[in-house]
Amino acid sequence: MPDSRAPRSTRATPHVYDADADGTPTFEASGGDWSSIAEEAARLGEERIIVNMGPQHPSTHGVLRLMLEIDGETVTEARAGIGYLHTGIEKNMEFRTWTQGVTYCTRMDYVAPLFQEAAYCLAVEKLLGITDDIPERATVIRVLMMELNRIASHLVCLATAGNELGATTIMTVGFTGREEILKIFELVTGLRMNHAYIRPGGVAQDIPPGALDNVREALVGIRHYLGQLQDLMLANPILKARAVGVGNLSLTACMALGVTGPVLRSSGLPYDVRKAAPYCGYETYEFDVPTSTDADAFSRIVVRLEECYQSMRIVEQTLERLQAMGPGPVMVADKKIAWPAQLAIGSDGMGNSLDHIREIMGTSMESLIHHFKLVTEGFRVPAGQVFQTVEHPRGELGVHLVSDGGTRPYRAHFRDPSFNNLQAVSMICEGGQIADVVVAISSLDPVLGGVDR
Amino acid sequence: MSDGKEVERAQEKVPESTQLPPLDVIGVRTGMFGANGPGDTSGYGGLVREITMPGSSERPYGGWFDEVVDVLAEVLEEGGTGFATAVEKVVVDRGELTIFVVPAHVVQVCRALRDDQDLRFELSLGVSGVHYPHETGRELHAVYHLTSVTHGRQLRLEVAVPDGDPHLPSTVAVYPTNDWHERETWDFFGIVFDGHPALARIEMPDDWPGHPQRKDYPLGGIPVEYKGATIPPPDQRRSYT
Repeated sequence: MPDSRAPRSTRATPHVYDADADGTPTFEASGGDWSSIAEEAARLGEERIIVNMGPQHPSTHGVLRLMLEIDGETVTEARAGIGYLHTGIEKNMEFRTWTQGVTYCTRMDYVAPLFQEAAYCLAVEKLLGITDDIPERATVIRVLMMELNRIASHLVCLATAGNELGATTIMTVGFTGREEILKIFELVTGLRMNHAYIRPGGVAQDIPPGALDNVREALVGIRHYLGQLQDLMLANPILKARAVGVGNLSLTACMALGVTGPVLRSSGLPYDVRKAAPYCGYETYEFDVPTSTDADAFSRIVVRLEECYQSMRIVEQTLERLQAMGPGPVMVADKKIAWPAQLAIGSDGMGNSLDHIREIMGTSMESLIHHFKLVTEGFRVPAGQVFQTVEHPRGELGVHLVSDGGTRPYRAHFRDPSFNNLQAVSMICEGGQIADVVVAISSLDPVLGGVDR
Repeated sequence: MSDGKEVERAQEKVPESTQLPPLDVIGVRTGMFGANGPGDTSGYGGLVREITMPGSSERPYGGWFDEVVDVLAEVLEEGGTGFATAVEKVVVDRGELTIFVVPAHVVQVCRALRDDQDLRFELSLGVSGVHYPHETGRELHAVYHLTSVTHGRQLRLEVAVPDGDPHLPSTVAVYPTNDWHERETWDFFGIVFDGHPALARIEMPDDWPGHPQRKDYPLGGIPVEYKGATIPPPDQRRSYT
């Protein structure tokens, strides 16, 4: 190895290349019959085997690569390799206006898109100093959408966790339950994912008439499917045999590794950003933070199920509030920030309302100029930096925004909880059985879109 | 000046506390509409404005900020480092506390913040970088976000290193969670965290040249043609900044 330390080099640790590994027998398995590989491995008589799992393995929640060193059935070393879904979203955001940034960050963790949108918008509003000017109705709609999204995200986690153990019914029940929420999302935002619905200053548009009744109906359905999931999971001897005592991560380890969310709460600490540093008025809602002290994969299932019920409690409170407050503005009053157009459904889908187009094209040149300037140039944000955290279904999501006083973010960094939590892979897999790796990883619930950004 | 009273009144309006602190210039912006040279007929082409970040704050910082800075100073003095040697400045902006730390002392400051019972910032939310190419000698900033679950507080540490010698001690020994975050900051900005257990690239492929989040690294992209018109990639388009 060259002595890279002598003059202070700007190079990091050189790429690890082990010349001894040349000529090591390697096998490629792509499903099907493994017996020939097993026979060949037995003939070599080597106990120590390095298994490369992924990045195209269905049970790795996306393109996660695991490098497992196994001794028999025991995992002696586990390493996670990421970056296969890195798309440079943070860099791209530096070349778009503050409003367009929402369209980018919603694509990070695609299972919980509304949390990135909310965290980003809260950060932009803090930079602008308009946090207190956001209309109450917009804030309540944000909470409603986020809590529905939390349930949807947890349902995906539980569904895939079951599927990976071969319990297809858990998967179908979970995804059917999530469908109820996606229908609401489609009704309110027009899309099932990548919504770009929450915007700096408020939300893109008000919830459509009758949406509150739709949400109430959906809640009945969700409660039904959650009940089914509970019946299928909580006393299931096979699931318990697979999940109890697996993927242990103690409170000390969680704090050291910065692991937050359901995994941290499953180890006993009731740390929830909605309680610790409330945003969007969460301090005014009644809900509990479920915890467990078992710190294993099964307790994380229980905590997530319990959190779904708590989210439903919050959703019910938002419905009451929206009902009580009646119609009102959902975007900040400052016309220099608020997107000028109102959206409407036309014959060719959703777009600018015809009334608005009639105004800017037919009657008011000033409106046209205003529309053009705000849409193409965007608004300026005073120089400075902020950090905003929200409670994401997977943990604490942090948004670090830097503005140089321009119309675009100077730097946008997302501290994604899945990215951070994946660091725990080594700790929860090493020393366990190779079959438990899948259970342990799914209990962390990583989404690689968020990990790699 | 017609009336002395008017001047007095104007002075009265400015409370003492809003005296602006020294500013932190990170760049200069010229023009206004993104067009340079003869294309600019707006008359704003000669406009030159400095881009400044909020500068060092004066006491009192407000809220718990004073207490935390006092305790940190006390702990650092006890540890023999000295507050003035370790901390460059304290900035309070938009209700958030930022402590600028001298690169060599970042580990001591982190340790003090984590271990002292009155500080107890036990949870690190990671490290990220910001590249300010115009800040000569302080081009690369590493930004740490720390949370105290015990006291319900959050603060930010900022460390600036020159582009020519981007070395910084690693904080992995204090906050093991910073492992991947430091790798990401190395990957994207080229900040070298000395003492990191394995500072390899994390998001980009191992053999990738350059550090993509730096301002001098192009976004890439190709021009898009549509109905005979060509639209340049986003980083080469006219912009309003």
